Amino acid sequence: MSFKIFGKVNFTPYTKVSKFAQSLREGKLEGTKCRKCGEVYFPPKADCSKCMSSDMEWRTYGGKGKLVTFTTIYAAPTGFDDMAPYTIGIIDLDEGGRLLAWVDKIPQEDLKIGMDLRAVPQIMEEVEELKVVYVLRR
Amino acid sequence: MKVGIVGIGHGRFGRRDDVTVQELAFEPFRDALEDGKLEKKDIDATVIGSSPEYHKQRSISGVIAEYIGMNPQPTWLTEAACASGSAAIRTAYGLIKGGVHDIVAVLGVQKMLELSTPEILALMGRVGDVQWESIFGTTFPGYYALYANRHMYEYGTKPEHLAMVAVKNHEYGAMNPKALFQKAITLEKAMTSEMVAYPLRLYDCCANADGAACVILANEEKARKISDTPIWVEAAATASAPMSVLRRESLTSLPSAVEASRQAYKQARIEPKDVDVADVHDCFTIAEIMAYEDLGFTEKGKGGKFIEEGQSRIGGKVPINVDGGLKSKGHPVGATGVSMTVEMVKQLRGEAGKRQVSGAEIGLTHNVGGIGQYCFVHIYRR
Repeated sequence: MSFKIFGKVNFTPYTKVSKFAQSLREGKLEGTKCRKCGEVYFPPKADCSKCMSSDMEWRTYGGKGKLVTFTTIYAAPTGFDDMAPYTIGIIDLDEGGRLLAWVDKIPQEDLKIGMDLRAVPQIMEEVEELKVVYVLRR
Repeated sequence: MKVGIVGIGHGRFGRRDDVTVQELAFEPFRDALEDGKLEKKDIDATVIGSSPEYHKQRSISGVIAEYIGMNPQPTWLTEAACASGSAAIRTAYGLIKGGVHDIVAVLGVQKMLELSTPEILALMGRVGDVQWESIFGTTFPGYYALYANRHMYEYGTKPEHLAMVAVKNHEYGAMNPKALFQKAITLEKAMTSEMVAYPLRLYDCCANADGAACVILANEEKARKISDTPIWVEAAATASAPMSVLRRESLTSLPSAVEASRQAYKQARIEPKDVDVADVHDCFTIAEIMAYEDLGFTEKGKGGKFIEEGQSRIGGKVPINVDGGLKSKGHPVGATGVSMTVEMVKQLRGEAGKRQVSGAEIGLTHNVGGIGQYCFVHIYRR
């Protein structure tokens, strides 16, 4: 299983949590939970840094959360210049953990810290190879 | 046993199209030897602070030690992103404190502008956690913009407060002949400059630069012999925090800075109010406002008010970045922590000229690595 389909530009083709990208491609957002101590991780981790166990299970997320902060990037790095300016938001997920993603279809002036948003899996079709991400929507 | 600084050197920061990285390192090393009236044979080792990804030359400690004539003494590199210089100082401090070496030269050096713009833009896209964050095109200013928006939301900090930091640091930078920008700016100019990452504008961001600085540290016995005015390292504290902003509790504070400063004040047996002058890591204007709070110079959330009242100016509670800060000096990553230390030594010796804080006895440096994953807080005393 490859993780390299995750992201417009991907820097990490190999990871213990590559199943995440495959699930995202099937429309599922997943985090992990430590079977030993119960700690939950989003973004997912394969190893528990709290109790040091590697006995983890996958949990499916609904993706709902509250906006913690946001920014709009005007000066973009390589691979993103074609879409600048773009808005990035961080949400605290209701089911635990945190997520950073592009804000989709909401003008920056309508963003209010604390508002409800939802992370939605999305297949990026504009690039040749298949790429998957999640985006933030109302 | 105390550790003292007995020699300092500071090169000109800016676009240095005239030099290689080792030539850049030579200048402050020679000046620091001269400042301490030392010879190369007096130095037991060199520790280089630098962030290697900017250089074409790999493993730069080797070429630097050769070029400055410091073979066969030991040399190596320490890396902690933008705090690499302070990491090198702490490494030298530990070596001397532990009795491994008597006198160690620390060189912070960075040649950032030999990379092409596309190479810089590619590097810029990998400052965060590359697995979960960089895939969305996050940038350095982007992260500090995320902090800024949250700080504004929680504490009512305004864009004007950010601009006031830029105005102050440019005003002082105009008095520093080693700074990249030696020109005062107006509040209006800062507030109407180009947007980089909302709400941060061009003048909220420091600039990449080439530069090098050097400090020579010695054990107490040697320091007293070498210098009539050694500046003592009273604290060399550091802490780490999650690199990912997705695993941090607060986005309005750097937990690494809070922890490092707590340790530093304890080591030096002082309180924030005892600090006479400080250099803090103003890679972005919001970073300086967060530093006022993280270092305990003001209460959490009052950073905006602190700059508005002029408390970080000469004459205020704690004059901060009176050498111009990263904002005006430029930020040659590995050199920055050493540059801050050179300024504290000048201030505590009373040699800072027009920007001298009169009677300064205790100085503090706050040097942040990356977006807060590392922070070094050092305290110096005359």
